[in-house]
Amino acid sequence: MSQASEGSRSLHLSQLTKEFATFTAVKALDLDVPHGSFFALLGPSGCGKTTTLRMVAGLETPTSGSIRLGDTDITYAKPYQRPVNTVFQSYALFPHLDIYENVAFGLRRRKSGDVDRQVKEMLDLVELGTQARKKPPQLSGGQQQRVALARALINRPDVLLLDEPLGALDLKLRRAMQIELKRIQTEVGLTFVHVTHDQEEAMTMADTVAVMNAGVIEQMGAPAELYENPRTTFVANFLGQSNLIAGKVLGAEGDFVKVDMHGITVSIPQERAHVKTGDGWVGIRPEKVLIAAVGEDIDAPGNHLDGGVVTDVSFVGVSTQYLVRMPWGQELQVFEQNTGRRRLFNKGESVDLSWRPEYAFLLDASQDVNAGIEDD
Amino acid sequence: MSPLARTWRWIKAHVVLGLGLLVLVYMFVPIAVVVLMSFNDPGKSKNVYKFRSFTLDNWTNPCHPAGMCHAVGLSLGIGLLATVVATIIGTMAAFGLVRHDFKGRSFANTVIFLPMASPEIVMGSSLLALFISGSKIITLGFWTIFIAHVMFCLSFVIVTVKARLAGLDDNLEQAAMDLYANERETFWRITFPLVLPGILGAALLAFSLSFDDFIITNLNAGQETTFPMFVYGAAQRGVPMQVNVIGTLMFLIAIVIVLGGELNNRLKARALAS
Repeated sequence: MSQASEGSRSLHLSQLTKEFATFTAVKALDLDVPHGSFFALLGPSGCGKTTTLRMVAGLETPTSGSIRLGDTDITYAKPYQRPVNTVFQSYALFPHLDIYENVAFGLRRRKSGDVDRQVKEMLDLVELGTQARKKPPQLSGGQQQRVALARALINRPDVLLLDEPLGALDLKLRRAMQIELKRIQTEVGLTFVHVTHDQEEAMTMADTVAVMNAGVIEQMGAPAELYENPRTTFVANFLGQSNLIAGKVLGAEGDFVKVDMHGITVSIPQERAHVKTGDGWVGIRPEKVLIAAVGEDIDAPGNHLDGGVVTDVSFVGVSTQYLVRMPWGQELQVFEQNTGRRRLFNKGESVDLSWRPEYAFLLDASQDVNAGIEDD
Repeated sequence: MSPLARTWRWIKAHVVLGLGLLVLVYMFVPIAVVVLMSFNDPGKSKNVYKFRSFTLDNWTNPCHPAGMCHAVGLSLGIGLLATVVATIIGTMAAFGLVRHDFKGRSFANTVIFLPMASPEIVMGSSLLALFISGSKIITLGFWTIFIAHVMFCLSFVIVTVKARLAGLDDNLEQAAMDLYANERETFWRITFPLVLPGILGAALLAFSLSFDDFIITNLNAGQETTFPMFVYGAAQRGVPMQVNVIGTLMFLIAIVIVLGGELNNRLKARALAS
């Protein structure tokens, strides 16, 4: 029963497309966001994530495709006709109204009863009860952010859209607000669709992350799933860092695919091999790579790579980050936890690398190996 | 420290303040003269520009000079009417020019500046030519002055409101729509209150332009006499002292408006601070 009523309020985008005069921002997007989930649309700037959000809010008209909320088609509904509210990136608080009236705005438009009680409760929820009669410019950035959230949340929308809501805050406040947002979402049980370019933010907060690039969703899933088993080079590089090594598929062997990687044969689990023949990129996360002195026994019954030379060492406290040049000239990244069990290696030392086969993944070689790497 | 160095330091510390005060004096001396002369009793003297003795007569009988109060009334009436009409049309034009993308928008934006840039005497005489050629429809008088004033006030209103409107964050209107306000509610509750200071500023500007215009008005007034025309005419024989009374009153009204706005802001700020 509750399953049915919840299902009827979930958000469905189908074949949603938005073309502007000179480019296509969103290309035939299909997306289902279940009711009550914390969903993140993650991607670099210009990937179409904000355009998607604005189409759901009704602030942008799709070129084609449809948006449904449960069984209701809202593709062309006016923004004020849909049970969707937005927390704007710039907050967009009404400067001539005080905090109380900003938060009450939506209730008053809908002629809701009991405005006073609801506004006070909401201001308490975001811990701004004492600031009710101040004007927005008198509040700090973090407080303004919470007003913007309260103003949207008080309407109990079926879907709450958050457009980079923490972008303007400093790092410390941002971390605090991430936890706060997650707490509020759990408390009120509404569907949150969160747009961000910060992969850490998306992974910390969301149940489901959709990685968007150039107007399409590259991959979607739980944060751990996306991180551990990326399907494209873009996802592998945009979510964290990856070593991508050119290889040639030799063939399947049981649950594994064997790949020749510069003369070394490595195994990759079938479900993580996203290409079954021809060329591929063997991917491995830096923290999954083990490093050891030449000939030393490494606790990883699997792929073994000899002939590495340490070319760079950066000690960052919790871990040590190495760059290791392999015989074929590529430099691989290795993160080693500082557990104290292993000694530090020095620049110029010869080392062996290894990883457990179940951590590697194999991607289609036709993709750009540098896709998704952000140049800072 | 030598006395010379000390003097030099004192000068350096006070030079900006001193110059600022000089500029203020420069700006306010004419007004001070007007206020002073409004209490002058010229007696039988022909030289009305010389202070002879103090009197309150000018203030108790402001309408004594024949035709002056009628001229003031006419100027106020035309000023108010032209302001209202120019502000309404100009505000709507500003919205159109800022909010709608149409063919010829940049051309329209440029043409708006032409009336501000062209000499008044040119506009005045071309209007006169227009009205004379249309004399079957309209005769020179109140309505030709009104039409002329609306015309030259419009550019200023449009430019002023446009500036305010361009500075308005369009996210605010989108946020209002997102929060269940339809187009009409969004306009009256968000857009209009936020643009209102610009509209009021434009109206004040339009009124002061209309009230003291002489050149265009003089050419298109027919038998009517506005206050600036009255003063100009009277100046040939010697300005009646009551002109200074009107001048002082106008100045006082302006001060009250400005100070009232400032006081209002301070009270609001204090109420918020407590």
